[in-house]
Amino acid sequence: MADTKTIEPKAPALVRAWDWITETQIWTSIFRHAAPINDRNRVLVMLSNVFLHMHPVRLRKSGVRLRYTWCMGGISFFLFLVLTFTGLLLMFYYRPTLEYAYSDIVGLREHVPLGIMREMHRWGAHAMVITVWLHMFRVFMTGSYKPPREFNWNIGVIMLVLTLLLSFTGYLLPWDQLAIWAITVGSNMARATPFLGHEGPGASLMALGDVQLVHAADDARFALLGGTFVGEGALLRFYVLHCVALPLVIGFLMAIHFWRVRKDGGISGPL
Amino acid sequence: MLEGLKGFIDLFADPQLFFATTVVALVLIVWKREAFSSTRWGWGLMIFLTVFFAFGLTDSDFNLIITKPDNVPIVGLIFLLVFFTWFSMRQAVDNDRRAAGGQPPIEKDEEDRVWTWPDLVYTELISMVVCTVVLIVWSIGLEAPIEQPANNANTPNPSKAPWYFLGLQEMLVYFDPGLAGVVLPSLIIVGLMAIPYIDKNPKGNGYYTFNERRVEITIFLFGFVVLWSSLIVLGTFLRGPNWNFFGPFEYWDIHKLEALTNVDLSEYVWVRGFGMALPDHWFVREIFGILLTIGYVAVLPVLLARKGLTKYYEKLGPTRYYVTVILFLSMLSLPVKMLTRWAFNLKYVVAIPEFFFNI
Repeated sequence: MADTKTIEPKAPALVRAWDWITETQIWTSIFRHAAPINDRNRVLVMLSNVFLHMHPVRLRKSGVRLRYTWCMGGISFFLFLVLTFTGLLLMFYYRPTLEYAYSDIVGLREHVPLGIMREMHRWGAHAMVITVWLHMFRVFMTGSYKPPREFNWNIGVIMLVLTLLLSFTGYLLPWDQLAIWAITVGSNMARATPFLGHEGPGASLMALGDVQLVHAADDARFALLGGTFVGEGALLRFYVLHCVALPLVIGFLMAIHFWRVRKDGGISGPL
Repeated sequence: MLEGLKGFIDLFADPQLFFATTVVALVLIVWKREAFSSTRWGWGLMIFLTVFFAFGLTDSDFNLIITKPDNVPIVGLIFLLVFFTWFSMRQAVDNDRRAAGGQPPIEKDEEDRVWTWPDLVYTELISMVVCTVVLIVWSIGLEAPIEQPANNANTPNPSKAPWYFLGLQEMLVYFDPGLAGVVLPSLIIVGLMAIPYIDKNPKGNGYYTFNERRVEITIFLFGFVVLWSSLIVLGTFLRGPNWNFFGPFEYWDIHKLEALTNVDLSEYVWVRGFGMALPDHWFVREIFGILLTIGYVAVLPVLLARKGLTKYYEKLGPTRYYVTVILFLSMLSLPVKMLTRWAFNLKYVVAIPEFFFNI
């Protein structure tokens, strides 16, 4: 009897191409394991991927429910990333000097392709302030600041302040009437800082004999603005704070925040 | 008819009634939470807000305020805040009902673990896509504002801080800049950070509940929704030139006059009470205000520990109790100051312009 030859049906071309790609040395050097379609690989993908490794391998069912988390912390983080990206693009076009600041902003709309980057940056920033508040609202309403998460709530409060400061410093950069007067109103408060503002309670006590140590040209407001009014010094200071200093600090604190979420037992739930 | 309605709303939006309304609303939300958390109320509130703003768009004055590009996020904030207040109360009430029936909170039932891949990463991916789409549509639809180039010689009226600080700017009506701009904001930050350390209640950790945390949640809602958020709304929509009050349907008339003579406590006591001139030395002049302030921040907590809040004093211990009560009284100083302003035109309790010290 002649040998019967079984002919395997050929897989579709796309599947074969995919198989071929995922077996190349290049692919396997990047992805160390197969797609996360079975439990073993679902573990491996979390452990071996740098972007995913901030997650646990498994988590409470309530932790993935929008009903419980409102997704506000995640959205805040995502908006931060969007703001970093769009902000970076804006930095290519924007020069923080009295001469150019305003016209660069106008130019962003008038002759830069894909001219919605400033809009995305501005609306994203407003949205982030709101989502951070709502995230804290959710954390409060679920009592998630309670032990063992007290310290992480504190990191969160500092990041709230930094979010507001980031938004506040960015508000000045377009250098239009809206910007400088909002910052003028806001920074005028610093005049009245106790002891350190020249119109603050106790400032007159800060004197050596007849020499006033705290006056308009060296008080808390001066330190903030680099001048006695919102001018060139303030623009540069706010620019550096907005683009470098504050994002670095908040990024650092975010790392701690996410780390602590994991270390304090993952997303909160009933004990 | 329509004009009458607008006039009525304008009247109702006045700072005193506006603030009173939000306080009454909070009391009702907390007290009648069973009814408030129903689906009908949720829809009702959302529809009411939508109709109100849609109606507002038809009015040229109101339209001008809410379509100002930087104010659009605050309209969004109003919707989100109302929704999430309702939503969190709803889940708290649900869990409290379960607790009354001897069941654990719903989150306890969802304690078993799911795989991060796919359950969480797909949720994250979808959220990111939705956020990106919303942001792009918003950015195409609404241009970011750009006004005239900065000009130090031309002060706009009103000059407003960025919207998230308008609650603080509103406090300037009642407090000296030192308090409204520096001391009280610092106390807000300190107070928020202190929350986990002064709240000793072990219950309600990791699930929604109201009954197990009545006082905490009520105080938080009062601080966040009534004081912080509603004052932002007030400062954004209802404050016009010269920081005068304007109803939502009112024209921002730069010449609007509000005849108000606010009087310091010292003048009340010495001039109107004793019928004599103000003493020359600031300490004698302000002695009553100083005593009143010391009484409020230092003596009142001690008295409350003996009577009224004894339960909390025993539960929290002296350190936690005093920190809590002093922070709470600082928070209450704003509504107290508002009430004394509205009732007696009281300007400052302690007014020592000699060294910029006003309370």
